[in-house]
Amino acid sequence: MEKVPHVSTTDTPEETVEVEPDELREGLVAQLGELLGDSLLDHAILPGVDLTVRVANEAWAQAAEELRYVLGARYFCFLSALDWMPSPYGRYLDAEVDKVLAAEAGESVDKEPEPMVSGVCGGDTRLQVFARFSNVKSHWGITVKADVTSDDDPRIGTLTKVFAGADWHEREAWEMFGITFDGHPGLRHLYLPSDFEGHPLRKDFPLLARIVKPWPGIVDVEPMPVVESADGPAADAAAATDEGDAS
Amino acid sequence: MTAVTDRQKLAYIAQQAADARVNVELETEGMTLNLGPQHPATHGTLRIVARLDGEQVISADPIMGYMHRGYEKLSEVRNYAQITTLVNRIDWLGSFANEVPFILAAERLMGVEAPPRAKWIRTILFEMARIANIGLFLGEMGLQVGAVSPTFYAFRDREFVLNQIEAVTGGRFHPNFDRIGGLKDDLPKGWIADTKAVMVRMAEFCDLMEDLLLGSEIFEARCRGIGVIPPDVALQYGLSGANLRASGIDWDLRRDANHGLLAYDDVEFKVYTHPDGDSFARFWVRLQEVREAIKIVEQLCDGLPSGSIQAKVPRIIKVPAGEAFVSTENPLGEMGYYIVSKGDLNPFRVKIRSASFNNVSIVPWLLRGVYVPDIITILGSLYFILGDIDR
Repeated sequence: MEKVPHVSTTDTPEETVEVEPDELREGLVAQLGELLGDSLLDHAILPGVDLTVRVANEAWAQAAEELRYVLGARYFCFLSALDWMPSPYGRYLDAEVDKVLAAEAGESVDKEPEPMVSGVCGGDTRLQVFARFSNVKSHWGITVKADVTSDDDPRIGTLTKVFAGADWHEREAWEMFGITFDGHPGLRHLYLPSDFEGHPLRKDFPLLARIVKPWPGIVDVEPMPVVESADGPAADAAAATDEGDAS
Repeated sequence: MTAVTDRQKLAYIAQQAADARVNVELETEGMTLNLGPQHPATHGTLRIVARLDGEQVISADPIMGYMHRGYEKLSEVRNYAQITTLVNRIDWLGSFANEVPFILAAERLMGVEAPPRAKWIRTILFEMARIANIGLFLGEMGLQVGAVSPTFYAFRDREFVLNQIEAVTGGRFHPNFDRIGGLKDDLPKGWIADTKAVMVRMAEFCDLMEDLLLGSEIFEARCRGIGVIPPDVALQYGLSGANLRASGIDWDLRRDANHGLLAYDDVEFKVYTHPDGDSFARFWVRLQEVREAIKIVEQLCDGLPSGSIQAKVPRIIKVPAGEAFVSTENPLGEMGYYIVSKGDLNPFRVKIRSASFNNVSIVPWLLRGVYVPDIITILGSLYFILGDIDR
């Protein structure tokens, strides 16, 4: 899976301002590397602000344990899951405004299905689990990600033995994404009725409201006003709307 | 005649006594008590199924989902401006505070920073949302333990704060005022002076609550030592905000993890903690938090910088691909948004980390072994909003 360059695209200004490397977070990554060995797969640092690491599936609970007992990240913030599959239903925004925007960007409305790209720190499976912990003494937070075992039978170890508060979060992730947490004391439905079928936050679960009544889009689409710098997009937009009027 | 009646009476009494003895022996039989789905101690519809042994709770199981609206799924099909209207409705007592971390996370992905004036106004409204929200709690907490009058004072005085919020944003409860890169509008004329007057009034309101409740013997008896949360348990469950600080953990995102997002670095305020971890400590910490919020608003009103309230952003906002997590110290605790963007008009995934979800997840642990009347005190002192649990 291709790694998306997180830091370079979005945080270039902060990077240039903060020339000195983030010693605290570099040190944390080094320590985690010693503790977890090869199980620490990848890391991304947003200097002075944030840290994301990815660990192997087997090392998920161990990573939480090391973070809590060795590195002092005793505050459990949240646990949830990510589904990297592009939605087969598109963006549910295929309305008039979409055509205008697509024309503006020079794309066709019926786009090819996007490839599946994992986010920061990469990943090999469609579903991923991520959790966040903070150290309340030295004021840093860390997001930990891990792949599930497989897409057909997504499994990962439970964190409830390390952080008791992970209980409800894992029930929610199980209900919404269908990820089984091995060793969890009772994976029951949290929000949904107990006979509910399907996993609503998966991308292939349709949002029925949008299927019953499609999104109308912005009804009064005006042509874009020409912005002060006559750069590419604005000129394109004017041209596109002109063409639309003519046809 | 009378003798027979007496004998009958005696036989009846003996029978009753025998029945009573049988009942004594059968006392260990448990009972299930269903609290809710509607209850005054819950802001919304939480249901708690409690197994009781006599007056003691053996186990308590909160049942949620009566208000689950699926904001995480809905956010995936809405653009960023539309999502602020959704997240407004998560914690409806302090709505403006819900918008801010979402906008900040989107701004971090876009590499945009709001101009100083926008940051300051954001912080003012943020703290006013805190005063309105926790101000109501101060009155409600009295109601939970039987003192009715503080509630009316709280509703009365909260209105002054909401009026000020309404004067700026146009909405009492759901401002929908925050924009990527700045704010919708500037402050109206004369607003600063009015707000300062309101803050003076709210400071008096805090004193009033202290006079009404803190000295009261009944209040202390109902709250002291009830629902004690040790610091390590609080951290494990991810309790945040005043619930965490009442357990003696000195952790406030405004001071410790601001990263220059809001104007907290420019004001002086104290973060109060309490070593006890009981219901009283949670009340006391919140009372001090409102007082500090009033001081913060007053300082910000005095030094409001001039200038623009909107940074330059494109008309149609497409957030660059990436992931960002930003959380702020909301009235109820840490509220954060994990936004995953793929460069589209709408986010690819939004994980809403809401404070009440974690704060309530401790309820099964905390209610074990308490007495029935204390359930209400504990739920009241944890202070959650159901919209913030169910999202």
